[in-house]
Amino acid sequence: MKQDIFQAIADPTRRAILTLLTIQALTPNVMAEKFDMSRQAVSKHIKVLHECELIKPEQSGREIYYHFNEKKMQELDNWIAQLRRNWETQFNQLDKVLSSIKEQKK
Amino acid sequence: MNNDLLFDFTIDKAAKTIFITREFNAELPLVWDAFTRQEILDQWAAPAPLRAKTKYMNFEVGGRRFYAMIMPDGEERWSLQKYTSITPKTNFKLYNTFADKDENPELPGSEWDHNFSEQNGITKVSIAIFNESLERMEKLSDGFRLGYTAMLKSLEELLAALSQK
Repeated sequence: MKQDIFQAIADPTRRAILTLLTIQALTPNVMAEKFDMSRQAVSKHIKVLHECELIKPEQSGREIYYHFNEKKMQELDNWIAQLRRNWETQFNQLDKVLSSIKEQKK
Repeated sequence: MNNDLLFDFTIDKAAKTIFITREFNAELPLVWDAFTRQEILDQWAAPAPLRAKTKYMNFEVGGRRFYAMIMPDGEERWSLQKYTSITPKTNFKLYNTFADKDENPELPGSEWDHNFSEQNGITKVSIAIFNESLERMEKLSDGFRLGYTAMLKSLEELLAALSQK
């Protein structure tokens, strides 16, 4: 099943991994070292992040490096911005409704 | 005028909660009515070009509002809200789910908490929306998809008109 992106970001370790990956691509082994985690635990986090496309693997020689997928984060940001605009639009509509009701009461 | 009124929108991804705060240039009882009375809600509670249509609404604890967001093409997207707590002119909470036209809810839903306060004739409304999943929330932006489609369509028409010249 495809992972929920919110669920992926909700975990503090995964947020830390993402933050680190925005600076440089890393192999699972280096991630395990940096976070003082077992290779197994890292693999689990990588799986979640990869499934919701927040990171992408790239083969380099014998190693797999994981990169931060900026595009996916951008999609999420765009969606949030749109949600914000929807609320803004509704509230601007409400401003007009309120002032017309006030007008009628006069 | 609106520029002086506070509007704040934040998402706490870890807490899966959206926080929205807005001030209105009106006294609290009127703003309260605007959020709790069907005939006023339907005048504003959907972002244009969408519009809201409430089929029925019983604003009491355990009561429900069954309403649709109507797309520009006439497509209806139904939602069901159940009021879980009401403190008149101060706070109300509801549980919101998408639904089909026969009132069958699509779980999971989201928990909405509204707080009202007034200072010097300006009423502040704070809304917290807790969502179980983002997938569910993304449906909220259907309006975006449709708005975008409508925009592309008018662009298409514009291009067609221009190319005929």
